[in-house]
Amino acid sequence: MKREKYKSLRTISHQDSVVGGGPLCAGCGGQLSLRLFHKALGENVIFVNAASCSTLLATYPFTPLSSSWIYTAMGCAPAGAQGVRDALDILKKKGILEPEHDRKVVVLTGDGAAQDIGLQSTMAAIYRGLDFYYLCYDNESYGNTGFQTSASTPYGARTSTAPISPSSPHGSLHERRDLFEIWRVQKPSYVATVAAAYPLDLSEKVYRASKFSGPKLFIALSPCPPGWDMDPEWSVEVARLAVETGIWPLKEAVHGAVSHTYIPRQFKPVEEYLKRQGRFRHLFEPERDAETIAHIQATVEDYWHQWSPNETTTREPVGAPPRATEDPCKASLVSPTILDR
Amino acid sequence: MTRTMLTGNAAAAWGARLAEVDYVPAFPITPQTEIIDTLARWCQDGEMPAKLVMMDSEHSMLAAALGAAATGVRVFTATSSQGLVYAFEMLYAIAGLRLPLVLVNVSRALANPITLEPDHNDVLSARDTGFLQFHCETSQEVLDSILLGYRLGEHAKILLPVIVNLDGFYLSFTREPIDVPDLTEVRHFLPGFAPAYSVLSDKESVALGATVLDPSLYTYFKHQMHHAAEAALEIYPQIVAEFAERFGRRHDAVEEFMLDDADYVIVMTNSFASMGKAEVKRLRSAGKKVGLARLRMVRPFPVDDLQAVLRGRKGVAVIDQNISVGKGGILFSEIAAALYSLIDRPPVLLSFIGGLGGRRFRPGEFDGMLEKLEKSEETSAEMARPHLLFTTAEGREVGRFFAIAEREP
Repeated sequence: MKREKYKSLRTISHQDSVVGGGPLCAGCGGQLSLRLFHKALGENVIFVNAASCSTLLATYPFTPLSSSWIYTAMGCAPAGAQGVRDALDILKKKGILEPEHDRKVVVLTGDGAAQDIGLQSTMAAIYRGLDFYYLCYDNESYGNTGFQTSASTPYGARTSTAPISPSSPHGSLHERRDLFEIWRVQKPSYVATVAAAYPLDLSEKVYRASKFSGPKLFIALSPCPPGWDMDPEWSVEVARLAVETGIWPLKEAVHGAVSHTYIPRQFKPVEEYLKRQGRFRHLFEPERDAETIAHIQATVEDYWHQWSPNETTTREPVGAPPRATEDPCKASLVSPTILDR
Repeated sequence: MTRTMLTGNAAAAWGARLAEVDYVPAFPITPQTEIIDTLARWCQDGEMPAKLVMMDSEHSMLAAALGAAATGVRVFTATSSQGLVYAFEMLYAIAGLRLPLVLVNVSRALANPITLEPDHNDVLSARDTGFLQFHCETSQEVLDSILLGYRLGEHAKILLPVIVNLDGFYLSFTREPIDVPDLTEVRHFLPGFAPAYSVLSDKESVALGATVLDPSLYTYFKHQMHHAAEAALEIYPQIVAEFAERFGRRHDAVEEFMLDDADYVIVMTNSFASMGKAEVKRLRSAGKKVGLARLRMVRPFPVDDLQAVLRGRKGVAVIDQNISVGKGGILFSEIAAALYSLIDRPPVLLSFIGGLGGRRFRPGEFDGMLEKLEKSEETSAEMARPHLLFTTAEGREVGRFFAIAEREP
């Protein structure tokens, strides 16, 4: 993706609208995503929050946000956002709210709310063409309650409701739901996947989205040190590995038309990502679960086989790079086109 | 002022229109849908400058109401029954944020069994949420209660949302003659919405609904809500008096019907009280000293008013059009608690359950209730439990349904 505004790290704002010292975990990928997102979005924001880890951000009498905030409930933040946005418009029309004091309405939610309990209200807000932002920080679980399985939980991951035992040695056996595709079906103004390890990509996407009115939705892959069972200082590195292994595609869809904004020159084997996290430890200890690792690798390769790097929405396979061999460590996918990082 | 025939639903729509509400999040459900259809038509035609938005469920509808009220506009919405309980957590959320708005509930008995007929388990399930509650007998009262509701709920000492209840079918679809006040008159009584609290549209940032982890702090907020609801007990009569002077109609918390020298009092609510009044008139003309007290304000619970009209009587029968399964009539328990400490509380206080799923009273039932009050033969254990109104004839009807259902092919 050719970036118009965010060409170097210097272009990222120094202003922090989310200060530190709050109760979220060290290395929280969600909070990092929120900070970067907010820097790119700028001021005059109202966050409409669904129950999630982020609900603990504002704990009376403190809030780490210079922006406004309202908590709704778990399944209805987009509906709450509808009310906020409509009310702002009503007050502007009545001359009670000056246009320069208008706000950007931003739904802030985890993947549990976005995928499951809040999916209905999200789809309805997209259907109504609500002019709002939606930041889903995706830690692939119900994080705040102790890391239970959500529809974002990837195949083979251990969660507290998919624990590892002799009778159940593989972890969760459901494929995670492709939320990007679910949203995209309604052709919202803008949808994007982001990861905080790629701050320029993330910031540029927020900038691009800001040119549209209507629904602007983001899924931010958010490593969760306690839930993914890893050291907090690896949070950014693990997010980078998710992208470099091809597990987390960085892409955007403008009115439903998809393009990938970054494709690794050489995909790393998924194992490099899986090995860093305790929630996948059962795939390596006490014995190597070659079948599950191969399944994960194959799913990733199937995805990339369907996308031509330069085109949008086409599903023609890319010149058939080699499929995974029996030893996934030796496999690699070579993209025929070199793109900017 | 225009005198016209309006259904309860149309009266509710007029109430919202005259209150000059800004925002109507909506979702259909029988028997309230006519309210939002009417408002949608007016908003579309420009007769009403409000914005109406069709939402994706009642839970989302109330979330939108919460968001809009928290941003600083006057919000109206309507639902019934399943919709009200589907949205249940949002009732606590709205009241807990101290957001004034009016929610019209058109009462309908709850599934299962699924039905369309009215009773009050739906609206009464919300009695703990912090919403104030008015229960209406007539279409006029519905319209007036919406105006009173905004005036009361938006009062700086109260700041609580309000439910206005009317019975499905019996009132929602029944046309009655009503006076529709002029907008200019209403504006003197109910000025434009000016939030008495921080809203999201303020220039300064505000965090609403922050997590409260400290138990004393949570307790403080809940106590505040309760005190605010209690403040309504003092403020409401002032508002009622002003409304009566301006529009010529009084809507007290408890309506007194033929109570002056009554030895026995029947307590009822909502539209079925009309049937109760007719029965009381008949019994009076037969020489019985009986009257009816209609409880109109359910939250806050008007303890003083109820004590005043019920103390010193020989017997009181509370007809609950609801049932708390395993206990009995909801209002009976609340009334009993209000009377407990009075030296001159009625020695006989009986609970009757009627009107479930819209069940009409049968001939002779009021005579029967009065007879029980007069004879006062119940043991104390019996008095604590509800009498379930049901006739032998109904038993036979039910038997016929079963016979059909169980018939061999």
